[in-house]
Amino acid sequence: MASAPSSSSTSADGLHLPDTTRELVKILVAGPFGVGKTTLIDSVSEIRPLHTEEHLSEASVAVDDLAGVREKTTTTVAIDFGRISLEAGIVLYLFGTPGQERFRSLWADIAHGALGALVLVDTRRIDDSFDVLGLVEESGLPYAVALNTFPDSRQYTVEQLRGSLDLEPGTPMVVCDARDTNSSVDALLALVQNLLAGQAADGPAGAGAVPEAVPEAATEATTETEALAGAVESGAAPTPEAR
Amino acid sequence: MTGRRSGRPLVPAYLSTGGVARPRHTELERLSLLTGGAGPAPDGLPAARHALYDVLDGGTLTLVEAAALLELPVSAVRVLAAELAEQGLVSLRPPVPPAALPASDLLKRVADGLRALKQ
Repeated sequence: MASAPSSSSTSADGLHLPDTTRELVKILVAGPFGVGKTTLIDSVSEIRPLHTEEHLSEASVAVDDLAGVREKTTTTVAIDFGRISLEAGIVLYLFGTPGQERFRSLWADIAHGALGALVLVDTRRIDDSFDVLGLVEESGLPYAVALNTFPDSRQYTVEQLRGSLDLEPGTPMVVCDARDTNSSVDALLALVQNLLAGQAADGPAGAGAVPEAVPEAATEATTETEALAGAVESGAAPTPEAR
Repeated sequence: MTGRRSGRPLVPAYLSTGGVARPRHTELERLSLLTGGAGPAPDGLPAARHALYDVLDGGTLTLVEAAALLELPVSAVRVLAAELAEQGLVSLRPPVPPAALPASDLLKRVADGLRALKQ
């Protein structure tokens, strides 16, 4: 049942890539278990998110922290990914990447060639994100932080959050509802725009220039936190990632 | 993280490649493009290579998609894809043509493409 080559934006079976595919790019959606990585990927992916089983190296088993993951008996982890066909033959892949220290070896492999990382943070469990931020920074990948809002999230100011997460002034931080397509796309856009700003600043003036969009994004985040806190009360609870 | 199916595979992943752990050559990334040949798989192709050839179905998939569909680790599919390429049954392409990097233009087009997704 070989499907005829299709020149439309998706192939006949929706899974094989169209012949018009020219460039494939990758963004990591990083964060601790249960923060909403799969939810975000699902909200923007054109295919049902797929996953691969990745084996962890023996060395990491000794420090494996299985608290709360009782069912887990083997040292494998499922890496979810999704796909979005953009215009002009670009296909964007989103890889849900766990951030625990024990995934260090896997991280390097998945991060290879990525444009950047969107780090999802649950403000109820900020400490859980420290490992992820450490790994992202170590990998040298540019990143943006997206605060996935949950109904019972405490309200913090932008300054408090930036301080807790120890973010550089140039790192974008946005509020995001991972269940919502537009909100998830906005978070990805915040990252890509920051990458573009970073490239512009990489001229003779050198890196380190703070992109202009940052204070604006920060202000926006404050107001959105308040708006979302009200909005989600009536809606369904965000779906934490299935394990 | 999506939940894994219960139980372990009956055949360990390393057996699918005949015990080969690494591809002989070729830098294969998760997003390397694999395009299958037309027509049915040739006789005598080992089962795992046969399965990869079949899942490509004459079309194109990334390595990571093929791995997910076959329920095999990425590392195993790297080996299988390299072997099929060596046999001339699958063609391989990098995710981004090398000329397209560095990629300020690419980033712009990604940003435009994302904006176009918003409803």
